[in-house]
Parts: sequence; structure tokens; C-alpha cells
Amino acid sequence: MTGQSIACAAGIGTPALSVALRERLSGLRPNDFGESPLPTWIGRVAGVEAVELPGHLAAWDCRNNRLAWLALNSDGFLELAMNARERYGPDRVALVVGTSTSSIGATEEAYRTLLPDGQFPEDLRRPIVHTPHSLGDFVRAALGLQGIVVTVGTACSSSAKVFAQAERFIRLGLADAAIVGGVDTLCGSVLFGFNSLELVSSEPCRPFDRSRRGINLGEAGGFALLERSGERGPWLLGYGESSDAHHMSSPHPHGTGARLAMKNALERAGLTSNVIDYINLHGTASLKNDEVEARLVTSMFPAWTLASSTKGWTGHTLGAAGVVEATITSLAMETGLVPGTLNAQHLDPACGPQIRIENTVTDVRFAISNSFGFGGSNCSLLFGRSPQG
Amino acid sequence: MVPRTAFVNGVAFWSSRLPGWDIAAPVLRGEATALEQVAPRPSPTLLAPTERRRAPDTVSIALEVAVRACEKANVDPKQLPSVFASTDGDLAINDYMCETLARTPTLISPIRFHNSVHNAAAGYWSIGTGCHEPYTALTAYQDTFGEGLLEALSQAACDDRAVLLVAYDIEARGPLAAIVPSRGIVGAGVVVSPHAGTNPLARVCWRTTRGTHRTETLARNGEVVGSNSMASCLPFFEALARATRRTIHVGLSPALLLELDIDFLAGMHG
Repeated sequence: MTGQSIACAAGIGTPALSVALRERLSGLRPNDFGESPLPTWIGRVAGVEAVELPGHLAAWDCRNNRLAWLALNSDGFLELAMNARERYGPDRVALVVGTSTSSIGATEEAYRTLLPDGQFPEDLRRPIVHTPHSLGDFVRAALGLQGIVVTVGTACSSSAKVFAQAERFIRLGLADAAIVGGVDTLCGSVLFGFNSLELVSSEPCRPFDRSRRGINLGEAGGFALLERSGERGPWLLGYGESSDAHHMSSPHPHGTGARLAMKNALERAGLTSNVIDYINLHGTASLKNDEVEARLVTSMFPAWTLASSTKGWTGHTLGAAGVVEATITSLAMETGLVPGTLNAQHLDPACGPQIRIENTVTDVRFAISNSFGFGGSNCSLLFGRSPQG
Repeated sequence: MVPRTAFVNGVAFWSSRLPGWDIAAPVLRGEATALEQVAPRPSPTLLAPTERRRAPDTVSIALEVAVRACEKANVDPKQLPSVFASTDGDLAINDYMCETLARTPTLISPIRFHNSVHNAAAGYWSIGTGCHEPYTALTAYQDTFGEGLLEALSQAACDDRAVLLVAYDIEARGPLAAIVPSRGIVGAGVVVSPHAGTNPLARVCWRTTRGTHRTETLARNGEVVGSNSMASCLPFFEALARATRRTIHVGLSPALLLELDIDFLAGMHG
């Protein structure tokens, strides 16, 4: 993972995000999204509305692709991506991105502003922003890529699974490098949808707190460049993917799928749980996820492994959570600053010694990032500081 | 890249005038005509009766072809990782969600919301079969079938095991139908593996290649299936049905193709 970029509520660019993590500055704020906002808190990225896409990308204009553009332009990623395109060739860099709702916000807007004859308003009659591959197609056009281009939509595991898929493409020689990432923006579908499932908290979310009341939705975009070797960045040593086979919107009560995902990631990396220094947990602050995940960590990892949820900084960024938290994990490996669990005050009794409220400074050689989604789709990524750790 | 080989160990197809592979294959070969009458939507018998009734069309069609492809391959669905490819997911639920959000957002149905995710059909498949193997759900707009097939072939090659591919699209509804041209229901599935199954249909030698010229479907088959977004899968299934050696090109992106050299050995039949 030789480069990365991020735009989330806690910061645009990794330097800003690092400061927020170190100073424990949350990006959450009272919900001010839409005309009749629900009483909750959100992780809204400042300035998305003001982003202007270059003229040749105007056909893809919508909130989700504006956030994608903001993320591409942070951390010097655009230049890094262009450089990879030149070095490997535009058909040899695969593009694999994840999203949960893509640009459905544009379709929602069209339905709110239908013309008297029932047609979409003229400026929204652009088929590409009403299909979930809007994201992948936009990034392809923005970067001038001509190779594999695919958008993964497995809800909240989407942009973790893109790392696994891209690794396979590189391993098989279908590509020499890959740009992976994920973008999801706030929209009515997710705010009112999660509200209908009674999963949304009216307060700032408190992952793993014994009196947590649910999730805060967030938006984010992030990208990473994957190459066979490089001088910087952590190495993707393993990944684990699995299915709960239990329920569409509720995790397996014993965490069967989540356990398999972490176990498979360790197996692929050829490591045991004893060497894992840090786990960035899925930790949404929903009652069930946090209880199940806390029990799993307690049973699978030694007491010295540090674990935390960073959703108190960013909100739950859904299909972008995988890449956002892979980036936070990578920052911990680079700086030694391991984020705790912002907003949690009294940990749930299901939590073992691994789950921390406060930040810690330590050496992180091996780390796991968990992303679990609706439909019981689980993905764990395992990173190491060097090819052998 | 070095070309890789996979066997097609199972196949399934469903559209309203070609309901099932045994009906579809002779039509795709040009030896028979499609049904005049439109077949009723298949029932997802994998699911509990209450879920079966309220299953969205995407779930019904995806589960139907997934079950049939596994039957044909003579494999236990529990053992297979799977790839679910759909251009637009459930367009009828998108219409419902956007319409409800425009009028009465707080009345969104929680079940329709969780069924609106792109991986809903994949999720129901894993629940219905009790499969803990990974699935993925993806889209690539006009190249969704090609990217889905590439992902299934890649997983099969990487992990040296059989993988299920399910590709499907349904009809657009409401105001969205003026923008999204998909009509009718199409579902298609294959089980691909680096190893021949008990009754393999074909052997496929595959690689990616630069280019824009995709193999076209036979005009009459295009008419039968109509303007469904997954009609792009037809050339591949025509080749399987014809059971004579052919090379076809399926789109992966605007400038990249998946080249498939499809071969049939003695004893293989489509």
C-alpha cells in the first residue's frame, strides 16, 4: 500500500486526520443534512457542496462523485495515481472501488424535483449518476484508466473487500498495480433507512459503551495505491472474507462469520493472533455489533492486543468504512499513535482488556482492520509494517 | 498475462420467455423458438414461506439461477464462494425508496431498506443455503457481466476451487424507468472451477486483452430477451449452448476485453 488519501468528517487529508486522532477531535455534529433532519449526529464532510468537478467530468457531477474528487485530490493522491498510470500503463492499473449507496442521492433529488409530467429535471437526466457503478466510472474517467474497472457493493464491507479483489488481480498478473478505495455520501436512503431499523442514535455515538444507543451515519472517501513492492506504506499480508448466513441486517449472535474473517486473514498471512498489536474494530455503536465483536476479540486475541473503534471520529461511513479504517490502521503503524475509542466512557462488560478508550503510543508491527456489513458480509484486512512484519 | 483454464461445471439461465436452461439452450442455438407466453416469476424455494412471498424480484431470480447452476454442477452450494453481478440491483426498490423519501421519509419500510443493498440477493443466498463462504456483489455498468465472470474466474484460479457466478437484472419502475432502460427479468449463472466436475459443459481458456470489439449476440436472441441490462451475458451463454469451439470477447471496461476460448471435449454437452 504505497499511497493513500482520505476525506472524512475528522479531516481532509491524512495530516488533518492524524491531528484529529491525536487531539481526540471528533468530526461528528448535530444532523443538519436535508430539509427535515432527524434528531441524530452525523459525520458530514465540510465543503462537499462547493466542490467543482473539472469540465470534462461534469457528466458525473453529484455529491458522491464530488466527495470522490475531494478524496482524489487530498494527500497528493491524484499525482501518485497518474504516476502509476504512466509507469505501468493505463490498462495495467486495475480500479476496484466500493460503495453502499453510490450516487443514489442524485436519484433522490430527481424524485424530489420531478417535473409536472413526471420526468426527471433536465440536469439530472444523466443515466450514469443513477446507477451504482457511477463511482467506478467516474474515477476511471478522472484518472484516465483503461484496465479492469469494477464497483463492489457489499454494504459496509465494500471498501475492505476491494483490497482482497485487487490483491487477486495483481497476484494473477491481470494488473501490475491497483487503485482501490471507497466513497459513500450522506443521503436520505441511509439516514431514514437506518432510522427505520431503529439503529440511529440521537446522541454522538459511543462505540462499546455499556449505554450506547446506536450509530451515527457519516460520509467519507478514500483511496489507496497497491503495488507488488514499494519503499513506503504497510504491506497487505492477508485478508479474510466470510458470510454470516444469519440475517440481512443483524449480525450472527455468536459472530460466526466475523470470527471466520479474522481467522482467514491470520491464516493467509501465516500469523497467529499472538502477534497482532492493534485491531481497528467495526464497532458501529449498535447494541448487537459491539457486543458480538467485543466477545470475539476477548476470545481470540491476547490481553496485550490493543483494539478500538474510531467511529466516534468519523461516524459510520458505510461503504467507505473499509478504506477509511485501513488508512487509520496504516497511520497507527506509521506513527505509533494508536487511537482509542472516542466518546466511550464506561465499557460494555463484554469488552476484554484489549478494547481501549484512551489513545496509546506503541510500536505497531501487525494490525487488523474489521469491516462487517448488511447481508452478513464480513472482511478483515491484515497489514504488516514490512513483507515479513 | 499467461492464459488460464477453467471448466464450466454448471449452467443456469432464466428470462420470462426462456425460463430455464433446458428451454433456453435450443433457442440460444437457433434450433427452437422462445415461449410465446411469459412465464411467472420463479419462487425462491430456498427461503422460508413468509420471506418467499415478499422476496424482491432480484432475490427471486438470483436464487433461482444459483440453485439450478449448483444442481447442474452437482455441487453443494454451502461449499462455494459466490459472485453476484447486477448492473443496477433492485430498481423497483430504488423507485420505492426515492418516492417514499420525496413524500414521507419517516415511513420508509425497514425491510425494503435492508433489501435495497446491492448485496441483498447474495445475502439471502448465504442465509438460504447456510453458506459461510465469502460472496461478493458488484457492478460495472455495461460491463457488469464481464467483470462478474472475471471475478469468478480469478477467485477460482487464486484459490484453486469452484466458484458460483450469478448475474441478473430486472425492470426499471416509476420515473427512473425513463432514465434506466432495463426491461424484463434476466438471470444467468455458472459454476466455474480449475477442475472438471462430474458433468462439465465446457473448458474455457481465458485472458484479458486490449480492445473495444465485443462479440455480439444473435439478433433473434436479443429480441427474445429485450433491453434488459444483463442481455450482455447472451454471447457467452450462446457459446455454451452451441457446444462448438469458439472464441468470444466480453467487455470489462471501455478499453479492455475478456477473451474466452471456449472448447468442448468428447462427452461434454451444453
